Amino acid sequence: MTLVADVRVARGPLAVELDLEVADGEVLAVLGPNGAGKSTLLRVLAGLLPPDGGRVAVAGETWDDVPAGVHVPAHERRLGVVFQDHLLFPHLSVTDNVAFGLRTRGLRRPAARAAAAEWLARVGIAELGDRRPGRLSGGQAQRAALARALVGEPALLLLDEPLSALDARTRLTVRAELRRHLADFPGSTVLVTHDPVDAMALADRVVVVEEGRVVQAGTPADVSRHPRTDYVARLVGLALLPGTGEGTAVRLDGGGRVAVAEETAGPVFVAVRPESVALWTSRPEGSPRNVWPARLVSATPHGSTVRCELDGEVPLVADVTATAFAELGLAPGAPVWASVKASDTAVYAR
Amino acid sequence: MRRRGEPGVPVPLLVPAVLAVAFLALPLAGLVIRAPWGELGPQLAGPAVGQALRLSLVSATAATGLSLVLGVPLAWVLARSQARGRSVLRALVTVPLVLPPVVGGVALFLVLGRQGIVGRWLDQALGVTIPFTTTAVVIAETFVAMPFLVISVEGALRAADARFEDAAATLGADRWTTFRRVTLPLVAPGIAAGAVLCWARALGEFGATITFAGNFPGTTQTMPLAVYLALQQDPDAAIVLSLVLLVVSVATLLLLRDRWFSRSGAAA
Repeated sequence: MTLVADVRVARGPLAVELDLEVADGEVLAVLGPNGAGKSTLLRVLAGLLPPDGGRVAVAGETWDDVPAGVHVPAHERRLGVVFQDHLLFPHLSVTDNVAFGLRTRGLRRPAARAAAAEWLARVGIAELGDRRPGRLSGGQAQRAALARALVGEPALLLLDEPLSALDARTRLTVRAELRRHLADFPGSTVLVTHDPVDAMALADRVVVVEEGRVVQAGTPADVSRHPRTDYVARLVGLALLPGTGEGTAVRLDGGGRVAVAEETAGPVFVAVRPESVALWTSRPEGSPRNVWPARLVSATPHGSTVRCELDGEVPLVADVTATAFAELGLAPGAPVWASVKASDTAVYAR
Repeated sequence: MRRRGEPGVPVPLLVPAVLAVAFLALPLAGLVIRAPWGELGPQLAGPAVGQALRLSLVSATAATGLSLVLGVPLAWVLARSQARGRSVLRALVTVPLVLPPVVGGVALFLVLGRQGIVGRWLDQALGVTIPFTTTAVVIAETFVAMPFLVISVEGALRAADARFEDAAATLGADRWTTFRRVTLPLVAPGIAAGAVLCWARALGEFGATITFAGNFPGTTQTMPLAVYLALQQDPDAAIVLSLVLLVVSVATLLLLRDRWFSRSGAAA
């Protein structure tokens, strides 16, 4: 069910030219600022916007082939879309919303409703099937929207900022659930987002898009460690450390412990922003509880800061000002001490 | 009196607004005050009143039905299709709104009359004559009232979030299925509002009806025609008939308002 897309489309002043390939079961995050052409790409993949050039093929079926004059309309594509603000039909019950796609594809009402109920149970809102979408919380609505997108067993799943309409706490839970469902989904997934955390936590591969072009592609860790543009550096400079919560500390899978600000338990991610990592030439005294010895791998200037890639027990990325970097007098390979305040870490379930 | 001192309502706006209310409400109040309440029973029991009222209700309802069947699709085309010439189309739809109804009646007569372009063919080929029949009443009312429905449904369609239609398409619904199962339910309140406007306009239709359908009791004499006729012979009867129209209009508005409120409450 591989997606192979080569999309050329002009939207006003923006010329979108994107080549993408997403394997079976793979999740590709398209990360970029507003107006970068992410939504346009999604509309093309969904068949809602005919491209000006290029091809889109999914699981060997051609959906768009501009030179050959092929355009399969949205309703004939085997796809599921989760929209930012869920777009559940307000006049239908939650069950009928989820059953909608099965009904349009010819399934009888009882069978469609039974399949819908099964999916509502899978996303954990079995008891809400009779409600109208207006009476769901944001998280419940987004779960229902996911069930509606997946119930038809699509070849391609498109997620358009699926978490951005949720409040911070709900977002953590729904993100963790979404991760689980994506792991079970056999088709290709394209996640469009401007939130690097969503991209890092959910995607196998990240494509960063600016002004309609891919500026960088790679695994989430790769992209955050070697940003190629200032935008990418600012956006994705975040280190995501998998580990297990043990009270106010997290035991990292790669070894080492991180003190965190809140109590946690079970599998978690610790996120550390590069600007909150401080570098020292000798072990610092005083307040920081998180101090690790490391080695400087590379240093790349970005604007007024220098991005330092660190290797050690805890792999981190640090942004220090050019002045501070000069004062430290560091060269690649040099030993350093890295410190992070517990209050500067973010922890969430994975 | 305290209201005048409230912030947010400047006197230069308040005074004309009060005058406007008086201007709109006083004639209605006059109608109620001058009504011959004692003779109300006998007047209403007269055969002419019942006949005219029944004809008015039936023809206005038929005209609204016809407007819904033809006007909702037209509104969709105006709001959603990318077809060229939509602005010309919209102008055409708006013409009956601003055209004096009498002129509309004359135009209908020229097209559908016995010597008219279409009417002649209808007469000769099918033996169907339209002018001066109840059908003519319905056609005249539809001509005048349908634009109200089209404009209000088009507004509702434009205001409705078209992304719901995108969502339906990604769920395998073609445009017709999307229209039936998503668009129509979403704009139902707008359609109801348009239908009420359309019905009220059809109920009050006078100029086009008398020109195209004539004034025959029982077949084409609707309430407004009966009111006009009565005013010349028996003013009290005219007042009674007017009161009946007023009550029917207000009752319909109130009835449908309640329905809209409960519907929007359920959807929210």
